[in-house]
Amino acid sequence: MTSSIASPAVRPVSARLARRLDRHIKERIIEAILFASAAISVFITVGILYVLIKESFVFFSQVPIGDFLTDTQWTPLFDDAHFGIMVLLSGTAVSSFVALLVAVPVGTTIAIYLSEFATPHAREIAKPILEVLSGIPTVVFGFFALLFVTPILQAIIPGLPGFSLLAAGLVMGIMIIPIVASISEDAMRAVPMALREGSYAMGATRLQTAFRVVFPAAISGVGAAYILAIARAVGETMILAIAAGMQPQLVWNPMEPAATITSFIVQVALGDLPHGSVGYNTIFAAGLTLMLFTLVFNMLGFWLQRRYRERY
Amino acid sequence: MSLPPEEIAAIRANIASRKTNDLIFATIGICCLGFALITIAALFVDMAVTGWARFRPEFFTEFPSRRAAQAGILSAWVGSLLVMTVTAMVAIPLGVAAGVWLEEYAPKHWITDVIEININNLAGVPSIVFGLLALGLFVYTFGLGQSVRTAGLTLALLILPVVIVATREAIRSIPLMVREASFGLGATKWQTTRDHIVPYSMPGILTGIILGMSRAIGETAPIITIGALTFIAFLPPAPITDVAPFISFEWLKAPFTVMPIQIFNWTSRPDPAFHANAAAAGAILVAMTLSMNALAIYLRFRLRRNIKW
Repeated sequence: MTSSIASPAVRPVSARLARRLDRHIKERIIEAILFASAAISVFITVGILYVLIKESFVFFSQVPIGDFLTDTQWTPLFDDAHFGIMVLLSGTAVSSFVALLVAVPVGTTIAIYLSEFATPHAREIAKPILEVLSGIPTVVFGFFALLFVTPILQAIIPGLPGFSLLAAGLVMGIMIIPIVASISEDAMRAVPMALREGSYAMGATRLQTAFRVVFPAAISGVGAAYILAIARAVGETMILAIAAGMQPQLVWNPMEPAATITSFIVQVALGDLPHGSVGYNTIFAAGLTLMLFTLVFNMLGFWLQRRYRERY
Repeated sequence: MSLPPEEIAAIRANIASRKTNDLIFATIGICCLGFALITIAALFVDMAVTGWARFRPEFFTEFPSRRAAQAGILSAWVGSLLVMTVTAMVAIPLGVAAGVWLEEYAPKHWITDVIEININNLAGVPSIVFGLLALGLFVYTFGLGQSVRTAGLTLALLILPVVIVATREAIRSIPLMVREASFGLGATKWQTTRDHIVPYSMPGILTGIILGMSRAIGETAPIITIGALTFIAFLPPAPITDVAPFISFEWLKAPFTVMPIQIFNWTSRPDPAFHANAAAAGAILVAMTLSMNALAIYLRFRLRRNIKW
C-alpha cells in the first residue's frame, strides 16, 4: 500500500483495479456465507415441518383422522390399537392448567411488586436470580417433583398416587414463574411514567395505580406473558415424563396419573421401536399436534407483545 | 373552610387503610418472590443432602453399575463434554454469522422479515420437537446414527436462536459512528465487521453463547428422542491416538450418554439407592448450569456498566 502511494508509477492502474475486484469478490463471498448462515434457520423450520408432516402422512394413511380426533382411548402399542389424541391432550391440558394456576398469580404478583413497589436496587438483584431459576434443567425439576413434592403432597392429600398430574403441574408452575414475572414486568415498565404521575396526582395510592392504571395499560404484554407460559407448559417434557406417570387415560382430575403428548413421545423413544412401524409414526403425529398448538400460542403471544410495543 | 372533625377523621382513616393495603400487597409480593427463591433453595438442599453419600472422587471415575453405591458418572460427563463440543463448534459460528448478517448486511426485504419471524418462532418450538426432527432427518434420512454428532447437531439447532438473538442485541448497541469511522478510513464492510463490530460486541455474544450452552447441557428430551442409550459402560474412542495422524474423529460416531439422561435413568428406578445417585448427579448438573448462568449475567452486568459510547 505505502509503495503505491509513494510512487504510483511502480504499480500500474490495472493491478490496482484487479486488487479492488479481488476485494469485491471476497466481500461478496463473505456476504453469501453470512446470508447462508441466517437462512439455515429457515431450513430448520422447513425440516421440522417436512419430517413431522411426512411421517404423520404415513400415520394418517393407516389411521383415519376422524378416529384420531374423536376416539377416547390411546393404546397405539397394543394389539387392539386405538389412537385418540384426546387422551393425551387431556393430560397436557390438566397439567398445564395446574401449572398456570401456580405461575399466573405468583408470577403476576412478583411482576407488579418488582415494577411498582420494589426499589431499583432490589429489582437489580431479584431479576437476575429469577433468570437463573429459569435456567435449571427440567430433568432436575422432574426429580424434585417425584421425590420431594409428591411425598409432601401425599402427606397433605391421603390417597394421592405416587405419580400424579398435580405434582408435575405444581413443579412445572414453579418452573414457569420466571417467564411470567419477567415478561409481565417488562410490559409494566414500558408503561409511561406520565400515566403513573397522573394517577398519583389524583391521590391514588401505589396499589390503586398498579391495579387500575399500570396493569390495564400493560394488559396486552401481560397477556403475551401468559400465552408464552402456556406454550412453555404444553411443550414441557421431562417433569411430566418423570412425575406424572405414563398411563394414557382420559382424565380431568389432576390427582391421577396420566400421559401427555410429550411424555408419550419420551415413552416410545425409550423403548425399542422399529423405524417405519405404526408406533414409530405415532410419535410424529403426536409431535405435529404439539407443534401446531405451540405455534398458535407463540404467534398469539408475539402478536400481543408487538401490539403493546407499538402503543407507546 | 374547614371540614368538621368527624369527616377529617374519616378521611384519615381512609388514607390509613389504603396505606395498610399498600403494605399488605408489598408483603405478598415479597412472599411470592421468597416462595420462588425458597423453592430453588429447597431443591438444591434436598438434592445435596440426598446425594451427599455419593460425593466421592470415584463417583466421577466409575461407570454406571447395577449396584448403586458403586455407580458413577464417568460415561455421562465425558458424553456431555463431547456433545457440548460438537454443539459449540456448530452453534457458535452459525449463530454469530446469522446475527451479523441480520444486523449489518440484511437489506429491507421480505426475505429478511421471513428470517426474523422464523427465528422468533424457532425460539418457541418445544425441545422435544427438535428431537423428532433429529430422529427423522439426522438418524434415518442422513444416516448419522444415534451418535455424539447427531446429539451435538440437534442441540446446536436448539440453541441457535439464543445465540442469534444475543449477537443481534450486542451488535445493535454499537453506535453508527464506529462504522462510519471505519468506512471513512477505507475499510470494507467485512473489515469493519471483523475488526470492529464483532470484537466490540464480544461480551454480549459471549453471554448468549454461555446461556445457550447452559441450556443445551441440561436438555434431556431431544436426546432421549434420538435414542441415546441409558446404560453405557465404555467411553467413546479417544480423539488423540498414538498412531499417525494422531487425531481421530471416531468419537463423533460413537454411542453415548449424557448427564441429564443418566439422572433421568436413575430417577426412574424404583430402588431408592439409585435416587441418591440421581441427586448427586443432579446437584452437579445444577451447579454447572447455575454457575454458567451466573457468569453470563455477570458478564452482561459488567458490559452495561463499563461501556459508554
